[in-house]
Amino acid sequence: MALEPGKHAPDFSLLATPDQRLGLRDFRRKPLALFFYPADWSPVCGDQVALYNELLPEFRKLGAELVGLSVDGAWCHLAFSKDRKLGYPLLSDFEPKGAVARAYDVYRPGEGVSERACFVIDGEGVIRWSYVSPIGVNPGADGFFEALENLKGKKA
Amino acid sequence: MSTLKPPVGPHDHVRGAPDAPITLVEYGDYECPHCGRAYWILKSLEEAMDDDLRFVFRNFPLSQVHPHALAAAHAAEAAGLQGRFWEMHDLLFENQEFLEGPHILQYALRCGLDLDRFARDVESEVVAAKVKADFLSGARSGVNGTPTFFVNGHRYDGSWEPGPFLAALNALRENVPDPPH
Repeated sequence: MALEPGKHAPDFSLLATPDQRLGLRDFRRKPLALFFYPADWSPVCGDQVALYNELLPEFRKLGAELVGLSVDGAWCHLAFSKDRKLGYPLLSDFEPKGAVARAYDVYRPGEGVSERACFVIDGEGVIRWSYVSPIGVNPGADGFFEALENLKGKKA
Repeated sequence: MSTLKPPVGPHDHVRGAPDAPITLVEYGDYECPHCGRAYWILKSLEEAMDDDLRFVFRNFPLSQVHPHALAAAHAAEAAGLQGRFWEMHDLLFENQEFLEGPHILQYALRCGLDLDRFARDVESEVVAAKVKADFLSGARSGVNGTPTFFVNGHRYDGSWEPGPFLAALNALRENVPDPPH
């Protein structure tokens, strides 16, 4: 069961590139759309990572930052990110492996990867929406957009 | 459950019986090889289900990974303005390795289009806006890659291999009552 809305989002500090770390506090004051996914290099066109890249302008229009997270290493992320020309960071939950996924309660110890889980975290670090998709099913982005719009609506 | 937003309407390209009990919507990309394969499967489904199926295509060009996808989508919509959407749609999918400008012009010729008008329309605001609107509606509906299918308004996450897809659609057909006459 993923952490639920209303809970404080556990902080983290993970490699976004082989020499740069990003943490929750780097996204303060802006909603963060955070998604956990099982692994880099999924073999389909428009997989979750690529799909969100296409939709990045829509996330930005809603005032949100987008971040992906998996247990792959930073060098793997770098190669993957270059290959898919990603415009947003992928964080490496690599050492200790899956620690952040565990903190958000979306780790699958059997497989050693995270769930396909989505979180919207507001500017104060509170989880406002969370969703876990069946591992084989790319959740798309409609849930994110709805949650971000609700967040915007409440603030206005 | 992800649902189609907006529902199928007058802005859509529809083929098949208007009162068919099953409406299948595809969000697709003309340069996506999976969509290219699905194209032939869909043809066989349309044939097998006949008047029980109506098919709708909406554009979801993944322009970051497929450099010709957006221009191809514009070409189909521009052909649509001359009443030849499906002719262009079919040519694009049947020749999806050849989507450069000169190829597209060839297809326009084969569709019997007024080429001057076509050349203006592919560059037009109207056509760009239609493709963009399709893309955004896909994002809102829960499109999760290409192709993504919606069956009677709900995202279909099952297999789209011919056997299982036809079985799933037929099973659904059983549950849709015939319209009163």
